[in-house]
Amino acid sequence: MSIVRWARGKSPWYFHYETGSCNGCAIEVFALQTPLYDLERFGIMNTGNPKHADLLLVTGCVGYRSGRVLRNLYHQMPGPKAVVAIGVCALTGGIFHDCYNLAPGADKVIPVDVYVPGCAPWPEAMIDGILLAAEKLRGAPVARDRRRLVEEEEPPAGGAGEEGKA
Amino acid sequence: MVYRPLLIAFGVLVLAPLLGGLLTGFDRWLSARLQARVGPPLWQPFADLVKLWHKDRLTVNVVQILYANAYLLFVAAALAELALGHDLLMLLFTLAFGTISLVLGGFSVRSPYSRFGAQREIMQLLAYEPILVLMVVAIYLRTGSFLVSRVVVFPRPLLPSLPLIFLGYLLVVVIKLRKSPFDLATSLHHPHQELVKGILTDYSGPYLGIIELAHWYELVLLLGLAGLFWATSVWAAAGVALLVYLAAITVDNVSARVTWAWMLRFAWQAGLGLAAINVVWLYLWGAGMP
Ligand code: SF4
Repeated sequence: MSIVRWARGKSPWYFHYETGSCNGCAIEVFALQTPLYDLERFGIMNTGNPKHADLLLVTGCVGYRSGRVLRNLYHQMPGPKAVVAIGVCALTGGIFHDCYNLAPGADKVIPVDVYVPGCAPWPEAMIDGILLAAEKLRGAPVARDRRRLVEEEEPPAGGAGEEGKA
Repeated sequence: MVYRPLLIAFGVLVLAPLLGGLLTGFDRWLSARLQARVGPPLWQPFADLVKLWHKDRLTVNVVQILYANAYLLFVAAALAELALGHDLLMLLFTLAFGTISLVLGGFSVRSPYSRFGAQREIMQLLAYEPILVLMVVAIYLRTGSFLVSRVVVFPRPLLPSLPLIFLGYLLVVVIKLRKSPFDLATSLHHPHQELVKGILTDYSGPYLGIIELAHWYELVLLLGLAGLFWATSVWAAAGVALLVYLAAITVDNVSARVTWAWMLRFAWQAGLGLAAINVVWLYLWGAGMP
């Protein structure tokens, strides 16, 4: 089964969701695709479809509204999956942390695996975070009982969305 | 030996994914190089496939799985027909069945992106299928047979007598491989998207892997058909196939996406026009050729 682990670590496709903020982090995430940083050399690909993705990159401060969308997107991704929160906005709310309409950090809405601090973080730091998350995917259980595990861990997608909890 | 065809078909169906995967990896590497990037390693598509196969199964409905499998089955069958030297017309029908399976799979879900992709896939079928049919007709006019096994033993290369058809076939390859400027139904291995992921939007995990595998078979099949244009020796055929592939990759990297209407107009006016001229020419003067 080591070939499965190897493949998971070598081919994480990511889906990027910008929850809404200054867009500084989002622009830097786009920069990862450019020839200068070229994420594809690690086998990492951008996909606009959560159903094809292994990693969820979250940038921006998570509002109660966008948190609902974020949770929906998270549940649309088939496992094994990992979440990378990028920028202090996604980590804690950043300079917007005491706004009335914001959840203080993406990890209040979905489980976050890797935190990349910075405002905005350097693209190198983002690459570092994404590769850490890929390492986490590599460690995901391969055995057959994964499906049972998933059912225990994750609530069904339909249940997500009450604003009070977000 | 009665088992010989079975063995050949089995061997080809086992080896084709290896070749298709490597060619896809080469495509991604070369595309990256053309864009001044480092690019993924050559074995990247295999890592993608293994990963996809070991993701959780997430389906919208059961019919979707059926159509993904049917797509793989028909494309693989078409490749086996080519390898066994069967009828070219039959091969085209089998291939079209495969495409239709993919289209039906796209229509079987409620996602509008998937349905748009499926509609565009039909437009693509409409654009390239007549060219392929004329190609087979021209091959018949030149060699006197629809059978691949006869075409490959024809003493002269076909390319000098089918030059315009060959240009038309180049167009078919670019459309069929879903390369820019015709990546309308979905776009493969690109950071940029078409309607989320077009016809593949609602496929995920292992089922996306099945479709990816079918794409590899399709790639090998299309390049194999390109090889028919210079089938006098294996190396010449491989050379022509490689040239066609390089041309498709180059076109992919230097052009932007067009609309489906533009594609249809171009394929019918330029592609079909060229192919028709070639067929008429063969029909009138083909008999006197050496
Ligand atoms: S962390 Fe800074 S750069 Fe990033 S979205 Fe927030 S305010 Fe903008």
